[in-house]
Amino acid sequence: MDHTPRALFALILAGLRDEALASNTPWMCLSCYFCSVRCPMGIRIPDVMYAVKAIATREGIQPEKTGSDFSRTFVANVERFGRSYEMGLVAQHYLRHYPLRLPGLAPMGIAMVTRGRMGFVPHRIRGLAGLRAILARASELEAAQLETAQLEVADGHGGTP
Amino acid sequence: MTEPTPDLMPRTGVYVCHCGTNIAATVDVAELSHYAGQQLAQQGVVVSRDYPFMCSSLGQGMIEDDIRELGLERVVVAACSPHMHEKTFRGACQRAGLNPYLCELVSIREQVSWVHTDRAKATAKAKAIVASGVLRVGQQVPLEPLHVPINPATLIVGGGIAGISAALEIADAGYPVHLVERQPSIGGHMAQFDKTFPTLDCAACILTPKMVTAGGHPNVTLHTWSEVTEVSGYVGNFTVKVLHRPRYVDTDLCTGCGICEEKCPRTVVDTAFAAGLGYRKAIYRPFPQAVPKYPVLDRDNCTFFDNGKCKACEKLCPPQAIRLDQQPEEVTLQVGNIVLATGFEPFDARRVEPYGYGRYPNVFTSLEFERMSNASGPTGGKIVLRDGVTEPNAVAIIHCVGSRDSNFNKYCSAICCMQSMKFAHLVREHTDATVYECYIDIRAPGKAFDEFYERVQAEGTQFIRGRVAEVTDVLRRPEEAHQDGRLIVQVEDTLAGRQRRIPVDMVVLSVGLEPQPDAQATARLFGITCSSQGWIIERHPKLDPVATMTEGVFAAGCALGPRDIPASVASGAAAAARILGRIAQGEMALEPIGAVIDAERCSGCRICNDLCPFSAITFDAPAGLSEVNAALCQGCGVCVAACPANAISATGFTNDQIVAQIEGLLGDHVAVPA
Amino acid sequence: MKSYLYYPGCSLSGSARAYAASLGAILEPLGIELHEIDDWNCCGATEYLTLSPLRGQALISRNLALAQAQRDGAQTLVAPCSACYVNLAKTDRYFRENSEFRSRLNEVLAADGLHYTPGAVRVRHLLEVLIEDVGLDAIAAAVTRPLNGLRVAPYLGCLVSRPDLDRRWALHEEPRELDRLMAALGAEVVDFPARTACCAGHMTQISPEVAWDLLRRVIEPADHAGADLLVTVCPMCQMNVDSFQGEMDRHLGLRYHMPILFFTQLIGLALGRPAAELGIGSEVVSAAQALARIGVEVPPPTEPPVESGHEPRRQKRPTGLPMPEPLEVPR
Repeated sequence: MDHTPRALFALILAGLRDEALASNTPWMCLSCYFCSVRCPMGIRIPDVMYAVKAIATREGIQPEKTGSDFSRTFVANVERFGRSYEMGLVAQHYLRHYPLRLPGLAPMGIAMVTRGRMGFVPHRIRGLAGLRAILARASELEAAQLETAQLEVADGHGGTP
Repeated sequence: MTEPTPDLMPRTGVYVCHCGTNIAATVDVAELSHYAGQQLAQQGVVVSRDYPFMCSSLGQGMIEDDIRELGLERVVVAACSPHMHEKTFRGACQRAGLNPYLCELVSIREQVSWVHTDRAKATAKAKAIVASGVLRVGQQVPLEPLHVPINPATLIVGGGIAGISAALEIADAGYPVHLVERQPSIGGHMAQFDKTFPTLDCAACILTPKMVTAGGHPNVTLHTWSEVTEVSGYVGNFTVKVLHRPRYVDTDLCTGCGICEEKCPRTVVDTAFAAGLGYRKAIYRPFPQAVPKYPVLDRDNCTFFDNGKCKACEKLCPPQAIRLDQQPEEVTLQVGNIVLATGFEPFDARRVEPYGYGRYPNVFTSLEFERMSNASGPTGGKIVLRDGVTEPNAVAIIHCVGSRDSNFNKYCSAICCMQSMKFAHLVREHTDATVYECYIDIRAPGKAFDEFYERVQAEGTQFIRGRVAEVTDVLRRPEEAHQDGRLIVQVEDTLAGRQRRIPVDMVVLSVGLEPQPDAQATARLFGITCSSQGWIIERHPKLDPVATMTEGVFAAGCALGPRDIPASVASGAAAAARILGRIAQGEMALEPIGAVIDAERCSGCRICNDLCPFSAITFDAPAGLSEVNAALCQGCGVCVAACPANAISATGFTNDQIVAQIEGLLGDHVAVPA
Repeated sequence: MKSYLYYPGCSLSGSARAYAASLGAILEPLGIELHEIDDWNCCGATEYLTLSPLRGQALISRNLALAQAQRDGAQTLVAPCSACYVNLAKTDRYFRENSEFRSRLNEVLAADGLHYTPGAVRVRHLLEVLIEDVGLDAIAAAVTRPLNGLRVAPYLGCLVSRPDLDRRWALHEEPRELDRLMAALGAEVVDFPARTACCAGHMTQISPEVAWDLLRRVIEPADHAGADLLVTVCPMCQMNVDSFQGEMDRHLGLRYHMPILFFTQLIGLALGRPAAELGIGSEVVSAAQALARIGVEVPPPTEPPVESGHEPRRQKRPTGLPMPEPLEVPR
């Protein structure tokens, strides 16, 4: 972890945008929410972490390639089928990032398959078209908001996100 | 004498204060003064002036001269809040021969200049406020203050160091004091401490002489193991009922020999004085220097009260002083003033789950540590783990437990930094242990406090700037394997910029201070207000820090908020000084602001009787009318609003005055810019 | 019969089939009826929000909107998976507390003619429903084969009692609800300090070294406390502790054998259902040995049983000075 969460927030508050986005700290966040019940200031820290990761992803900054790749593969599966496809996810992800881990994990993988815990066939939801329409609308709104924000920055009204 | 005013309106002078730039920077004071002189002439204004500091002697002199020379019958000062200077300007009027209640102070600082930025709108609002003041004061009639006698006896609630200090000041001045304490002994939390920061004097050595003096003082009556149950009356004349809970001991016979305690077969954990770290008997004296010396029998844990057997204490008491049939007793006291010194409760550390208090044996609270380090405490002053024998090799002290945390209390408890550093010193003094102080930041603003901080650093205590995340016995890293059985303190060392996992044997939680759990009930009982947290609210946080909003009821010590021993002593003495002044006067003047019942219109419905929050309205049954006790009435106006017959009016706040005030605010003569 | 809307989540038809099977087996005896939301989609786990908060929330909201449209009298939406539960509960909460969020998400949902009214459903975890609605007394009364002698480490995991934005849980780090449920089944609950520690989540996929460290933090104290097995309420916890335990052992030079079962599987056993019906035997770290202790027969494991490398450590509580009483917190 490059920075403790407090140090990451200090970077953000100091306007050190590039350093904050390049930190691998948010990518190490497991969203276990210990911080959110412990934080003496009542800050919803995991939400901040998600936001930093989303901005970094949008800007193509990848301090932690495996993590962002895993998210992308997961999301691609969900967008394709509407549900998570564990077998496909694991296969794609391990082949790309952990080919050397595979032999060690083989007995476990076999056990998972023989015990019926890894399906070969993904489940596809019926309302896939509707789901995609929803996601497309979300993307549009997000892009529009981004554009407004950038215009504001260009006008000198914006600050560090 | 000058020209009469139109419609025989009272001749009124308006005085606009600049307050330096406090008002003048936002309100056009010249324009405001001009407006009052010109536009409010019809309302009786015969002179209007502005001046940089109206409260200065020159400003006051100007008003006095005008009253004399222009025959002013009313004065309106547009300046700061009446809380600040109402007395000043009333005094000026009085010196010039005008009834002081015919002076109206309207606030154009707190209500206008400090809360607005637009000059034009602010000036317009100031005009409206001045107009409302002029119209309102026009309806005012001369009033005379009430005078009430002051009973020289004082009630002090709470026998901690603040209450004892107040009691001794008043008693030494020659006046009677009733000191009520709900524990069996006076002394409060200070009696539990070992040393006091930063001088490290022995707490008992400096406290017990005061306790003994209070206990034996001819002017002090102790009511220990007692609680106040009822308060009525008003400043100078309170009637207070105090419940003496049974000690089951005849204090006239008891010699305090301690045989009952020695022979009592029932041992229980002492959660009060020993902070849960030690044991006591079912009949016990909380600590050797207790005042009074008499023991008290805890009936919830007594075998006799459990099953009717035992009576060991009764059989073996040499002077036959045990009275197992003793009943509670209520006494009624007459006092003129009251001091609430009800103190604090330590924050319950079990509420902070990640620190594991109550789960891990070797996590202790600050109060437990105080008892442990005390030579007369359960370990005889040895710093040991919960097993009672093992000396720790490493100790972590965690600051701000329950304080500065939106999950618990947002405030700083003021004493914990210093107490924590005192602990570090004591650990180093008694053992060879490494000590870690985990702090958010060190708050050491008192006399010789920062020097003590340096001293503790020089003694080798390691200071880690970081709020501890958790205390755990779950080992996480292979290199922690040999730490089996120890506690790991996980903390971000913000100076080193890294997470640290520090293996220790003992953790001390420096818990914050909380109001007494029944603080709100106490406030209701004494007719005062406390914050939502439960700290008593002062009449003014800076300028009247030991008075409450209720006349005759004062407060001292931690009941007002977290503070250390010197501050508690000072506030106790301050409250005593205020009361002694009252007693010396023999009587005091009360604001003649209160409710008046028009007997002609009162139907005797008694609706007002129960509504009055100060119990100031009684019913005269033979006459069939309700009556207001002027000394008790605080002028809140609840009864005025509630009276279905419109029979009650409030002096200084009559319907005519309020309607005139509203007319002034909304009148056409004020043009508000859009 | 109590009737609920049901959001199973993706893993219940995959890696956590045993959870679905065991839940199905205990519904009727406990008087519960579940109505699965038709055509629900993945909640996005922790991955979707990482890439785009709005798209991630949209994905979750579609399920809430479907639940609202299909609620038919039922008010509670039950999620057995802790990650699904948190996503649904958090989004519902944001709908309720933030009007800008509400209008943006409803604008997005309108793309498929959907709409969600904040608070239309109450999102609850399966554990909460069993404890609060069915009740520990009723569960204890239904027990026909008490789990006497089975030493269980109650592993709640992180996402049930946290972030708890609606403050429904009295304790967030040391909650005892699962302990009480296990005790109601007759099991012996060991002192397990890691009850809400994280199972490593997706770290097993993206940073194995970190994950092994975190898994060890869960497994080791259970072993030290002498637990026969861990019991969980979360598919992710089960998957990580179960399938990556071997890898963790290998890399950290440890020899743990700590089975982990779903709480519904243990309820099923206590209600007298056969192990096979409850999906017992599908775990990678076999629970057969542990369950044999209480006379439960499990379909034969495919690997030889592994002996644990550690002697259970007796929890010793020093007795010299008194301990504070535990804080009484009413749920």
